[in-house]
Order: sequence, then C-alpha cells, then structure tokens
Amino acid sequence: MKLTTKLLAASAIVSATTVGATELEVTHWWTSGGEAAAVAELAKAFDASGDKWIDGAIAGSGGTARPIMISRITGGDPMGATQFNHGQQALELVEAGLMLDLTDVAEANNWKDVIFPSSLLDACTIDGRIYCAPVNIHSPEWLWLSNKVYEDLGLPVPTNWNEFVASADAVRAAGKVPLALGNQPWQSNLAFGAMQVAVAGLDNWKAVNMDKNMDVAAGAEYAAVFKAAADARALAVGSNVQDWNQATNLVITDQAAGQIMGDWAQGEFQVAGEVAGTDYTCLPGLGLNAYLSTGGDAFYFPKLDDADKEAAQKRLAALLVAPETQVAFNLKKGSLPIRGDVDLSAANDCMKKGLELLAAGNVMPSGDMLWTPDTQKQVEDLMVEFWMTDLAPEVAHERWVDIISNN
Amino acid sequence: MSTKPMGARMLRNLNAKIAALPMIATAIVVFLGGTIWSVVYSFTGSKLLPKFKFVGLQQYERLWGNSRWVISIENLFWYGFFALVFTISIGFLLAVLLDQKIRFESAFRTILLYPFALSFIVTGLVWQWLLNPELGIQGIVRGMGWESFTFDPLYTPELVLVGLLMAGLWQSTGFVMCIMLAGLRGIDEDIWKASRVDGIAKWKTYLFVVIPMMRPVFITTLVIVASGIIKLYDLVVAMTSGGPGNASQVPAMYVYDYMFQAQNLGQGLAASTMMLLSVLIVLIPWAYLEFGGKKHG
Amino acid sequence: MADATTNLLDGPSGPKPRRKFSRRNIMLYGILAMVCIYYVVPLWVMVMTSLKGMPEIRMGNIFAPPVEVTFQPWVKAWAEACTGLNCDGLSRGFWNSVQIMVPSVIISIAIASVNGYALVNWKFKGSEVFFTILIFGSFIPYQIMLYPIVILLREMGIYGTLWGLVLVHSIFGMPILTLLFRNYFTSVPEELFKAARVDGAGFWGIYFRIMLPMSLPIFVVAIILQVTGIWNDFLFGVVFTKPDLYPMTVQLNNIVNSVQGVKEYNVNMAATMLTGLVPLFVYFVSGKLFVRGIAAGAVKG
Repeated sequence: MKLTTKLLAASAIVSATTVGATELEVTHWWTSGGEAAAVAELAKAFDASGDKWIDGAIAGSGGTARPIMISRITGGDPMGATQFNHGQQALELVEAGLMLDLTDVAEANNWKDVIFPSSLLDACTIDGRIYCAPVNIHSPEWLWLSNKVYEDLGLPVPTNWNEFVASADAVRAAGKVPLALGNQPWQSNLAFGAMQVAVAGLDNWKAVNMDKNMDVAAGAEYAAVFKAAADARALAVGSNVQDWNQATNLVITDQAAGQIMGDWAQGEFQVAGEVAGTDYTCLPGLGLNAYLSTGGDAFYFPKLDDADKEAAQKRLAALLVAPETQVAFNLKKGSLPIRGDVDLSAANDCMKKGLELLAAGNVMPSGDMLWTPDTQKQVEDLMVEFWMTDLAPEVAHERWVDIISNN
Repeated sequence: MSTKPMGARMLRNLNAKIAALPMIATAIVVFLGGTIWSVVYSFTGSKLLPKFKFVGLQQYERLWGNSRWVISIENLFWYGFFALVFTISIGFLLAVLLDQKIRFESAFRTILLYPFALSFIVTGLVWQWLLNPELGIQGIVRGMGWESFTFDPLYTPELVLVGLLMAGLWQSTGFVMCIMLAGLRGIDEDIWKASRVDGIAKWKTYLFVVIPMMRPVFITTLVIVASGIIKLYDLVVAMTSGGPGNASQVPAMYVYDYMFQAQNLGQGLAASTMMLLSVLIVLIPWAYLEFGGKKHG
Repeated sequence: MADATTNLLDGPSGPKPRRKFSRRNIMLYGILAMVCIYYVVPLWVMVMTSLKGMPEIRMGNIFAPPVEVTFQPWVKAWAEACTGLNCDGLSRGFWNSVQIMVPSVIISIAIASVNGYALVNWKFKGSEVFFTILIFGSFIPYQIMLYPIVILLREMGIYGTLWGLVLVHSIFGMPILTLLFRNYFTSVPEELFKAARVDGAGFWGIYFRIMLPMSLPIFVVAIILQVTGIWNDFLFGVVFTKPDLYPMTVQLNNIVNSVQGVKEYNVNMAATMLTGLVPLFVYFVSGKLFVRGIAAGAVKG
C-alpha cells in the first residue's frame, strides 16, 4: 500500500504539471508561520494526487477573510473550497443551496466511524446531509507559560491558573508582563471562554452553554468567573500588541510569563525552535478543569457548475480526512486530528496532553456550534470592553446574561 | 425625468441624456437603489442572507441599546468635528504660508502632499509604529533620559482619538492645503492692491475679504473631507482595530462587523441606515445652498 | 481660457516679500520647517527601518539611520515574502494592479467628464437631482454598499471578472470626479459654447473639439485622484476578484498581516513603500499640474 501510494504520488507530481490537472482555488486564513507550513502539507498532498491547489490565503484572521468568502459565494463566483469554523457560520449558505453535498464522499470513506469526536461531523450535518470536511480540532482553553521567566525568578512553573495568579506579583516586580494579551477583540473573548470552564467547572458550563440555563448563568459560579477575569485583566496590563502571535512571541522571548491562547499557539513555539516541557509549559483547561472544547476548522465546497471541478472537490474532501494528510497537517499546525485512529507518536508533549484528553472524552462542543455568530459577536463586544477598560465585573456579568438570554 | 409625456421634450437634449445615462443609472440603481434596499432590509430579521422577514423596529431598538454603537457615534462625532476643524484650518493656514512668495514652494508643497498618495492602511501602519510605546516616540524620549515621559495614545482609551487624528491629519491636510492654495491663487491681485492702499491689516483682509470670496472652495473641501470622515474605517482597522477596548470604534466598523462577522444583516443595515440618515442631515443644507439660490450658467 | 487660468495661477498672489532675514521670514520658514518635520518623520522612519536588519530594529532607535545598510527587506518584500503558500512577495500583484488600474482610470474619467459636461452645458430636467444623489453617494461607506453591489454584479453576470471590478471603481469614483469636472466646466465661458452651438456643433462635437482640448489640468487631477484611489484600494480588489487577479494591496495586507513569528517591521516597511511607489511617483512628477488642476476644478463652483 505504502509503496503504491509513493509511486502514485511520484507519477502524480509529473502529471500535476500537465494540462490534465483540475485546478481548485482554496481560500483560507492560515497565514502565520505554523499555519502556512501546515497548509503547505494539504496543498502538497492535493497536488500529488494529480490536481492543482491554487492558494487563496487572506491574511488578518477569519474576521477579515469571511466577508470576502461569503461575498464571493453569494456573488456567484465561488472558490473551489473554503475554510470556515464548523458550526453555524456557513449554515445559511448551505440552506440557500450554495454548498456541495458531500454525503456520498462521507459514506464512501466511512466518516461516520472514523471522525472522532462525532460532534465534529454533527456540526457538518444539516438535515441529515453532510456539507463539510473537518480537518482539525482546536481548543482555546490553554495556558502557555515561559519556563525561563520562572527559572529566573527562582519560582516553580505554575501548574494551574491559581498558582499563576499567585506568582504574578513576582513577575511584575521583575519588570515582565504576567499575562500577554493581544488587543484584537476575539482574543479577549477567547480568554474569557477559557476561564469559563476552568473556573465554573464543566457542569455549570454545560448548563449555560448547552441547556441555556440562565439561572446558572446569573448565579454565583459565573460571578466567580467574572471575578477571575477581572483579576486576569489586571495581569494583562502592559502587553501592547495586536496580533495573537505577537502576544505568543512575548512568551517565547520571555518578556511575558504566560498567555491564554488556543492550541494553535503551539505552532509558533515550534517554529521558534522551542521545546515543550523544557522551554515552555502548556496547561489545558488552565490546569484547573482539563476539558477541551472541540471547535476547529472545516472545509466547505461551494457548488460549481462543472463536473470536473466537482469531482476534484470531492477528491479534496476525501483527502482532507485521510489519515496521512491528517497526520502531516496536524503535526505542523499543532492542532489535534479529527480521527482517533491515526498514529501521532511524533507529537510533542502538549499535543499528547491534548490527545489524551480527547481519548478520555474530556471534550465539549465549541462556541461556534452552540451560539449564533450574532450572539458570539455581542459577547465579544462586551468582552473587549470588559478586558480593556475597568468595567466592573458585576456590570459585565449582568450584561452578559442579558445578551445570551436574548440569543 | 420629464413628467410631461411630450415627444419633443423628451427628444430635446437627447444626446446629453444618453451621455448621462451612466450617471443616471449609477445614481438611481446603485446609490438610490442600494440605499432603499438597505433601508428596507433594516426592518427585517435577515441573518447571513437577505430574507424578507419583517421585524419592525426591533433592529433599531437593539442598535440604540448597544453601548458599542453609542460609543461609535460619539467617536465619529468628536473625530469628525476635530478632523474637519483641523484639516480645514490647518490646510488654510499652510496654504496662506505657502502663498507668501516663499522660496522652495514646490518642495514644501510636495512634502505636505505626499502622504495623500498613501492609503489609510499604510498610514495606519506607520503611525501605529511611531506611537508604539516601546519602539516609538515614547520609547525614544524615555531613552534620552526622561524616564517619566508618557505618550501612549494607542493604548490609552482617553487618548486614542488623538492618535487617530495625528495620523488622519498627516494623511489628508496636504490635499486640503492644495485646494486652498489653488483657491488663494484664484483671488484677484487687485484685491490685495486695494487692501494695501486702504491700509487694512493682512489678517483682516484674509478673514473678511479672502475667506468669504473662497466660499466655493470651502464648500468643495467640506464635501470631500466630510465624505472621507464618515467613511472612516481603514485607518482605525489598521491602527487600533477599534481598541483599546471599544475606545476607537466607529460606525462603519459596527456595520461591517455585524453584517458579516456576526452574520446579522438586519442589524448591520439598521446601523447603516442611521449613518445614511446623518449624511442626509448634512447634505440637505448643502444641496439647498448649491441649487436653491442662483442658477449656474 | 485655459491660458488665462494658467497665467493667473503661475505666481503667488500674496504681498511682495521683504528683506531676506526679517523676523517675518524667520517665523515663516521656521513654522514651515517644523510642519515639514512632522510630515517627513514617518517617511524617514519607513525608509530607515526598511534598510535595517531585524536585530538592529529590536534594540535600536527607530529614528536612527541604519548602522549596517541592507537591501534584503526590499528584496524579500518584492520577491520572497510569503502569504500562505505563495512566496513571491509583492511582484505577483504589481501587474494585476496595473491591469486593474488602467481601464478603471480611463473609463471612470471618461464617464465623469461627460457627466460634468452634460450637467453644466446640457442641463435637462432632473439633472441636478441626479447629481445631488451622486454627491450623497460619495458619503456612503463602501462597506455598506458591498452587499447591493454583490447582488448587482451577480445579476449582471460579471462578478469576479476584471470588468466587474472596473465597473465598481467607475461607480465609486464617479461622485467626486463628476463634482470636479462640473466645477471645471462651469468656469468655461458660456459664449464659447453658444458660439459653437450657432455653428451647428452638437453634443459630442462640442465635447471633443472644444471642451476636451481645454481641460488638461482637470484631467491631470482626475488621473491623480483615480490612480491613487484605485491603486490603494483593498476592499474591492479582494472582494471582487480572484487570487490570480489580486492587486498589490492585497499582497501588502497579506504580507503585513501574516506574522510569521516576529513581525518583520523592515519587510513591512519596504512592502509599504513599494506599494506606494506608483502613486507617490505620480504625485512627485505632477505636483504643479495638480495644484493648477485643483484650482480649476475645485475653486470655481
């Protein structure tokens, strides 16, 4: 099998350059160092299979890229495939009949059984049909720490959020920023999301986010979350950066002690040549409640009036989920694969922690699956105001309950 | 167009009407049509795609109950006020200075004008960098020994509009200066002779004779500058992304974010309708001034 | 008439200068020099930064000239910087930008000049109403119009084509350009127009034989404004085209926003300047003509 794949791949490289290759334009917003390296794996695999990947990267996060993608799809000039976070982002595009039905690909490749956790495939399923190919799992609930900052201070590296907060004064006294936080709105939102499950615990989290129990949302457990977030924002004063990876870079260069960021931050540490465990430490669930939400990226395929292209789209969909691609892609990206049956022995410490949690079933659905983009945006607006001003936690709590109860 | 269905009337100026078709089509289909479309759908509960599901004034109620929107409006008001006052007054003063028969006029003019060739994205990037607390002006002054010096507008909510103004003025004052300079050059030399003969102070001549004569210049400038201010978006995105917090949010960002990121078209369109309404409030007096009085030849 | 304008505009019209080192002159040049510093500093910082290596930037003073001059950032910005998988820098976008700009500039100016001419010399019922709507349109943020334009282009079947983009640029350039042309043609003596009418010249005859030859200054202004505007456009370029037609600004955005590890300020600055070169060049070359044209287009109203 392996040999034939190699042979196929070798001959495909030749044929890819010939006229017969079907070109597919793929749009995405993966442009940071680790992300670009990961997407190169996808392109390489697709080109090797005899087609041609036309890269349509749009830099500046999903917020910049999605309007462009949506405009092009609704404008009648769609790309061959496009990244979205799976969940409700592309729901209406599917309902409007603009997206290609992938159910036959899914059945042929047995996605129902291999994709794990199954919530990923559920998020792609609308009215029993499958419209997207998930490629990775991303969880935002991680705390990244610079070991060197603590070594220099002669302190042990914190093992959870509470220790991190306790050590913050010492970090501050050494002229470093305890918590790196980029200025872009979604990062404040992410930090709050991570603290939700870490501080309030899984049951309360589920009650609010899945059962939409507003009494719990307004209750004492969540008041504690806002209290903790208020502490955290005091620690973030002084990290004057915009992009998430600039904030990560503060941790890499030991100018900041820690950052709350998704597992994609790992790619940046890797590109910088840092080693998990010795140079940096990662704490899933902020070291308190190690549950990961299983959001992530998926590819959607707009309908094209071209049988050749449609066939190529389906080939790409199958390829994205295939084990080899999954391994190659996720190792580079630092994200978790969407299937439990692949061998990731090459994974580093942090990824292994994530894999273990995944295998143990310590997972929960992501915000993209549970809330409409509208509600999420309003929460984001609130969070950015909360993190960047001195809005009282009680007031923020009240307004937050107000937003989510009107979802 | 013509309300009287008389063939002769319609045929009069036929070539002109045909030639003006692109303009008529743009005015009616794009600007008027687009506006009506926006207003109509602002009363619906459209999410990602426009759907005609009437929800009354709900979008507007939510809009005005939203603190981010209110902050955006306040920011645009203050930014717009100061940007208008400063670009026009500084632009005029610079034009007056350049009009003093100085040497190297074209060099000065080029220096003042070049930022206008750069996009707001570029402007935003450069100024973001100059105002970076570690690397930029603050860092340099501190490095020179003045340790307590603090000038950090982009990360201070109260001052962030100052940072935006610094960049915005840098980009566009030169252009206004050019228009003003052109206006000054259009003033008849005899005016100056007369005022000198009468012994009127120069500043008085500028204030009471020249400026009133330049009324059309000021109106054109006002239209161009004001239309730029309402559209303020790129500069903010490039410099602050609306931050710190929501301190530098502007209405165009709210519209865009809610239309596409939040996938709440109705909400975004309600916000854009409010923006269009404010444009009308500004424009109706202008249209009255322009067409209400004497007709042009 | 064009000659008259030219003569009028050649020299400053303020009072005559006095002694060279009067207090007035020191004040005057002092203020101008200070203002110029404010204007030049960002450019200075851009150029200096683009010539430094990253280590020097990190430790150094952003205003200081480079200790060790390197052109590597420029090379990288032009030919090597990556976005996603494409590692050929800005060079990809340059010809696209030219390809987009040339037809857009020509068509938008052609339409706007005819508009201005019709508005002034061939008024018809409602012409001023359309013009007012057009001016209203100039105030509408582009982001708001995105959706209606998407629908319009889709219905016309030209979404994603070069012509779709040209149309969009023509539409959004129309208000200000029409305003300028209208103001300019207003200043043309009516007698000239009437005489041509008596001679039997028609709409196009007068336009091509009388109006066009004397409106060079305003055409220069229009060209400058459009070249700048279209060259610097990001939003339309990215929404209404495909990757193989992305203009340079899209590549610039991608380079500047794809932070790979550390932000490479030197490459960003070089890319910024490379992108700005075309409009900057146009400004430097046509400085004087610009003021003259503006004088004609904005002043007479």
